[in-house]
Amino acid sequence: MTITEDAPTAGPEIGKARRRKEDQRLITGRTRWTDNITLPGMLHLAMVRSPFAHATITAIATDEAKASPGVIAVLTGRDLADGQGVVANAWPITTDQVTPTHLPVAVDRVACAGEIVAIVAARSAAEARDAAELVDVDYDELPAVLDLKEAVKDEVLAHPDLGTNTSAVWTLDSAAQGSGTDVEDEIAKAREDGIVLEREFRQQRLIPAFMEPRSTVCDPTGEQMTVWTSTQVPHILRFLVAATTGMPESKIRIIAPDVGGGFGGKLQTTPEEFATIAVARRLGKPCKYTETRSESLLSGHHGRDQWQKLTLSARKDGTVTGLKVELLADLGAYVGVVGGGVPVLGAWMFNSIYKFAAYHFTVRTLLTNKTWVDAYRGAGRPEATFAVERMMDELAAELGRDPLEVREQNWIRHEEFPFTTVAGMTYDSGNYEAATARAKELFGYDALRAEQQRRREAHDPVQLGIGVSTFTEMCGLAPSRILGALNYGAGGWESASIRMLATGKVEVLTGTSPHGQGHETAWSQIVADRLGVPFEDVEVLHGDSQISSKGMDTYGSRSLVVGAEAVVRAADRVIDKARPIAAHLLEASVDDIEFTAGRFGVKGTDKGITMAEVALATWTGHNLPDGVEPSIDADATFDPDNFSFPHGTHLCAVEVDTETGKTTMRSYVCVDDVGTIINPLIVEGQVHGGVVQGIAQALWEGAEFDEQGTLVTGSFVDYTLPTSADTISLVTDHTVSPSTYTALGTKGVGEAGAIASTPAVVNAIVDAVRHLGVSDITMPCTPERVWKAIQVGSAGATEGERGAAAHFDDGAPNQDSPQPSDTTEGGAQ
Amino acid sequence: MTRIHVTVDGVAYSDEVEPRTLLVHYLRQSLGKTGTVVGCDTSNCGACTVHLDGVSVKSCNVLAVQADGHEVTTIEGLAEDGQLHPVQQAFHECHALQCGYCTPGMIMQACDVLKDNPDPTEAEIREGLEGNLCRCTGYHNIVKAVQQAAGQMRSASSGSGETADATEAAEVSA
Repeated sequence: MTITEDAPTAGPEIGKARRRKEDQRLITGRTRWTDNITLPGMLHLAMVRSPFAHATITAIATDEAKASPGVIAVLTGRDLADGQGVVANAWPITTDQVTPTHLPVAVDRVACAGEIVAIVAARSAAEARDAAELVDVDYDELPAVLDLKEAVKDEVLAHPDLGTNTSAVWTLDSAAQGSGTDVEDEIAKAREDGIVLEREFRQQRLIPAFMEPRSTVCDPTGEQMTVWTSTQVPHILRFLVAATTGMPESKIRIIAPDVGGGFGGKLQTTPEEFATIAVARRLGKPCKYTETRSESLLSGHHGRDQWQKLTLSARKDGTVTGLKVELLADLGAYVGVVGGGVPVLGAWMFNSIYKFAAYHFTVRTLLTNKTWVDAYRGAGRPEATFAVERMMDELAAELGRDPLEVREQNWIRHEEFPFTTVAGMTYDSGNYEAATARAKELFGYDALRAEQQRRREAHDPVQLGIGVSTFTEMCGLAPSRILGALNYGAGGWESASIRMLATGKVEVLTGTSPHGQGHETAWSQIVADRLGVPFEDVEVLHGDSQISSKGMDTYGSRSLVVGAEAVVRAADRVIDKARPIAAHLLEASVDDIEFTAGRFGVKGTDKGITMAEVALATWTGHNLPDGVEPSIDADATFDPDNFSFPHGTHLCAVEVDTETGKTTMRSYVCVDDVGTIINPLIVEGQVHGGVVQGIAQALWEGAEFDEQGTLVTGSFVDYTLPTSADTISLVTDHTVSPSTYTALGTKGVGEAGAIASTPAVVNAIVDAVRHLGVSDITMPCTPERVWKAIQVGSAGATEGERGAAAHFDDGAPNQDSPQPSDTTEGGAQ
Repeated sequence: MTRIHVTVDGVAYSDEVEPRTLLVHYLRQSLGKTGTVVGCDTSNCGACTVHLDGVSVKSCNVLAVQADGHEVTTIEGLAEDGQLHPVQQAFHECHALQCGYCTPGMIMQACDVLKDNPDPTEAEIREGLEGNLCRCTGYHNIVKAVQQAAGQMRSASSGSGETADATEAAEVSA
């Protein structure tokens, strides 16, 4: 035994812009995407999908396909009916939620285009795809309901046997739950002597559009079935495969190898996964299915898709008093794993950072014959943030005041934290003043306002608009007790294990399942600091149910806030277990041992021993205290007490050409407060990516269906992701208000950018043309829509028809522009 | 089936391929060059970008038979003797990748952009990478990485007095 006098110190890793451990493989092409996996004897699958939005399957002729070269089998839904499992909904938001059964492969009826009706298994992917063309399916078309507002009427039913399109109605009311006054009272008061704003916004349907198409390989040949799949949720998939197929959970191994992005789009347990497993088990051969991009856009779940009616009441001095939110949310044809829970996640966020006295939220989730809808980056919170940030700009416009000033009048001041909101959430910490002050400084807010004024006065055809978004969100899904109260089918805890290897290296097993977030790097930094070991000596293992057997996976900005907290606790247990061993080896009392920077020292002496030395001594087991087991490995499972509430101020300047409607982004500044930052490089990257996805919702993206229910944005030609040439460099900065609920003080950052940026951009565009009589533009704000809004606004202004008149009665999508018949609103009808 | 002779990352191959086989499928399935990936089916995303005789192409948009007699460099052949290409190094340094799926194509395209224009402006970089989609980074750090790599490659080539830039050097030796 050596007693080291000079223990190695790793120095503080937390806060360091460590370059990622993950990169080396990814930049050299040494990758393990699911589609890269090839097993001996592996078959390739191709899916036969419904071209119809709603139809009865009357016959499927497979003979010709079966005779095609290389084809091993052609299986229909009926062939697989027993044991194919069910694509489950884990969150029935009400106890009487209407939830259609979602079979992976349809048997009698399809409820949206793209549903799988048959599967071809062949020697090669090309042969499978060729044969899929030869499967002849007879359909009897049924009437399809494709429009959310039509769906409410129940005239055409997405699932005739269910008798209604309404899946659930979920309400939160501040008066009823005792967290505020009655919203109707506040609105009535404001109608008498205040301001009432009524607006309706469209949250268009989006597609997550992760870059790696989904892929699944299932090897059923071992005693334990192994499934590699491109998923965010290997642990949830394992549970649901067991729960819905009857396979023992212990016979299922799920591996998420390298996963190429998710953004919520891969938190689903998919028909394709279940179908691949079913065919592989039926044939007793390894099978691979990899979707095409067109299949991905059509059959991977979509996001957003709401109509939002907002009523905001305020006093004449601009103090907000009440907010009433009435949502229609399109679930598509089926209720996804989170499904109706997505709009519900927004329920606590419409009130945002503002001190409303009264609040009411109702969402009606509806079934239609379109692609199913579930979480997409932000999941419920971008929708809420968009609506309230648009409303705050509308209020400022009504008052003729600066939008930041009106926000500040109403937001929670930094000295008021912790603050329990009108929706009933307790916000831990924040400093909206500091973030806003910094953002204004970086943006040059006052100078841009002055320029805007000059260009207005000069009647410049290119007008400048300034958009504001002072957002908050809730991260860290989620306290299990709250999930239980909300009827969610699982917990929100996270798990971690730390293995101290004999050579001093450290293995960290995490239940989170990263797919681009850099957990291997960030977790290594955290563990390096906690255990005082070198960053390089920490190996983070994840994404395999045989290695990290327990977990709730990665979504909802939960990995750092919940998952890393479990890692911290496991590390602390390692130290606790090592302490008596160190004391024994140092021939000192446990009470005299102090652990700093990776070294157990004896108080008042220079005697000490490193963590690595304790690990080696524990492994040999030659000289341990009596009754102490020869292991300092430790596990921890962390269940959070509360959510965390990051916030930030995003400012956007756009130039709008009033003659063409074209929007050009000039600058974008965001100052986010995500609590303690583990790795600023990764945090900044998360903000960049999120911001651009949010900007894309404002300007470019929208999933559009035609009147037959065919997705017309079914390729990257038509579903227009932003390119490098469309985007600009962003200015990012941070303020830090550590979370008071987490040991590390972190708050979560994965979704922040996408939540914040959309309203900043739309507010900027509206701000640029508001003087032309425009007060809203439906997203995506294409040049055509902006130009039309200007035409209608200008005409309205000269005719003196504009005003604050409510528009709810006429059912028009927005108050500013009666939509021409050839233009679909929100890109989705 | 048609026989093709093609050199990929410095190794000569001779294979029978179906005439309809795309170069990307030949690389992935016949040669096991899975570093090059498929991201779409409409040649929009650029994830499959490789160099064909030193010029970037989307390998989903080239038939394997068209590569007959030519030289292909993939992301797997870019580093030399364990030394990362400056563009690879810059992607790492600037955190220009998150999930990493677009990264091979993005790096190969960035090399091509810098070969044509060793000192590009931000706008020129953005235009040069327009055919390669990334969903994670918002392109901010990708642009920074290309700028950084450009600087390094310029100083390296002026320092050594050689005219060929590092991109070319990598391809010739590959």
